[in-house]
Amino acid sequence: MIGLGLFNYWVVIFLMMVGFYTLIARGNLVKKIIGLNIFQTSVFILYITMGKIAGGTAPIFVQGEQEVVYSNPIPHVLILTAIVVGVATSALGLSLVVRINEAFGTIEEDEIEDTAL
Amino acid sequence: MDDRVILRVGAKILIPFILLFALYVQFHGDFGPGGGFQAGVIFAAGFILYALVYGLGTAKRALPPTAVYVCAAAGVLIYAGVGYLTMALGGEFLAYNVLRHDPEHGQELGILLVELGVLVTVFGSMVAIFYAFAGRRKVQT
Amino acid sequence: MIELVDVALLLLLSVTALAIVRQQNLFAAVMMAGIYSVLSAGLFVVMDAVDVAFTEAAVGAGISTVLMLGTLALVGHSEHKPKHRPILPLLVVALTGGVLVYGTLDMPPFGDPANPIHHHVAPHYLEESEHEIGVPNVVTSVLASYRGYDTMGETTVIFAAAVGVLLLLARGPGPRRVLVNGLWTTVAREEESPELEADEAPATEDDEPKEDDDG
Repeated sequence: MIGLGLFNYWVVIFLMMVGFYTLIARGNLVKKIIGLNIFQTSVFILYITMGKIAGGTAPIFVQGEQEVVYSNPIPHVLILTAIVVGVATSALGLSLVVRINEAFGTIEEDEIEDTAL
Repeated sequence: MDDRVILRVGAKILIPFILLFALYVQFHGDFGPGGGFQAGVIFAAGFILYALVYGLGTAKRALPPTAVYVCAAAGVLIYAGVGYLTMALGGEFLAYNVLRHDPEHGQELGILLVELGVLVTVFGSMVAIFYAFAGRRKVQT
Repeated sequence: MIELVDVALLLLLSVTALAIVRQQNLFAAVMMAGIYSVLSAGLFVVMDAVDVAFTEAAVGAGISTVLMLGTLALVGHSEHKPKHRPILPLLVVALTGGVLVYGTLDMPPFGDPANPIHHHVAPHYLEESEHEIGVPNVVTSVLASYRGYDTMGETTVIFAAAVGVLLLLARGPGPRRVLVNGLWTTVAREEESPELEADEAPATEDDEPKEDDDG
């Protein structure tokens, strides 16, 4: 596991940038929220990567075993709650998209801007 | 609706097991992977599957929106209530040791109650959000 | 072996993310976002985070996809082609990514037990949890007991998000915004009232406001 060095972090940054690009370059509001979700998941992977210990196992106690290496449980706890909070906040964003569509008749950012000019 | 027999019968067989599995995840969370968050989501997924297959109206008759809203609020109340209970028993906020005579049993009871609060809130919130989206009509613009 | 699975899953994740960005059909993009979630759940299992993988599989691939599809049913599913070449966004992204990669060069290597993160409170949780809490799953004991206050906040956030969604969507359609003489004006939807149930009242044709758009 140690042999991988920083590879995981680089992939995390790549995913993060893909999400970031979707967020800033695409005008469709639903696509923006999907990009935000990609970004969010990349942060989850970053945290979980940091919690991993080479040769470790899931942090659930094994009965009768003394010499077991457990991975760090703290990132797991933080991300576990963040996932559920993430879907709740995404739902809030999606409901805003629905209301924007009802008010302006479109969810394309440039079209909303065009009608405003 | 009538031509989707396989879907309807399949869902009818699956849903009890999904709900049962959610309860297993809830109460086995101390010993294996699982807990209130996962159980709440799976429980909600069972009802959402029911609503998708049998229609929103049928689902709302089985589980009225008011009950869902009450669930979402009750979970937070249960969670905070456990905190105030421990304070009333002379401990700190959410320090479960005082709930029973034996600190370890107190912790187990506290975790059980708190996870129940999480389950109820997550279930209520997820189903409420689904009802809000599914009950929305498409508006001609 | 684990390294191989790890690398394969990360590459698959990257490919899926790129496919999502390039996809113009939003239905396909949402389904691929579900695939992305399942892949990341697999990655979490490889990283020993079984609880997180469980949650991601249930939430990301289940609820999240259903909500996205519900939204697409309301707002339509095709994305317009971007009008201009995305040179500036690409530049910004490349620059940010470069700075972040430079930042990782100081990060401790992946999986090393000597990393600072493993020497703060984590050893205490892992060693004392069995005596102090009596629950074999350390994630549960940290979640509900050691950091119970934190989890209460998270639960409240979920509740608050649900309240927000209900405030936005539980009533009937909102007013329509139209441009009248260069000013944004709110126009009530006349033939509908908020109390109407979903099965009655056909959706109104908003022809009038559309004409106002030009004015």
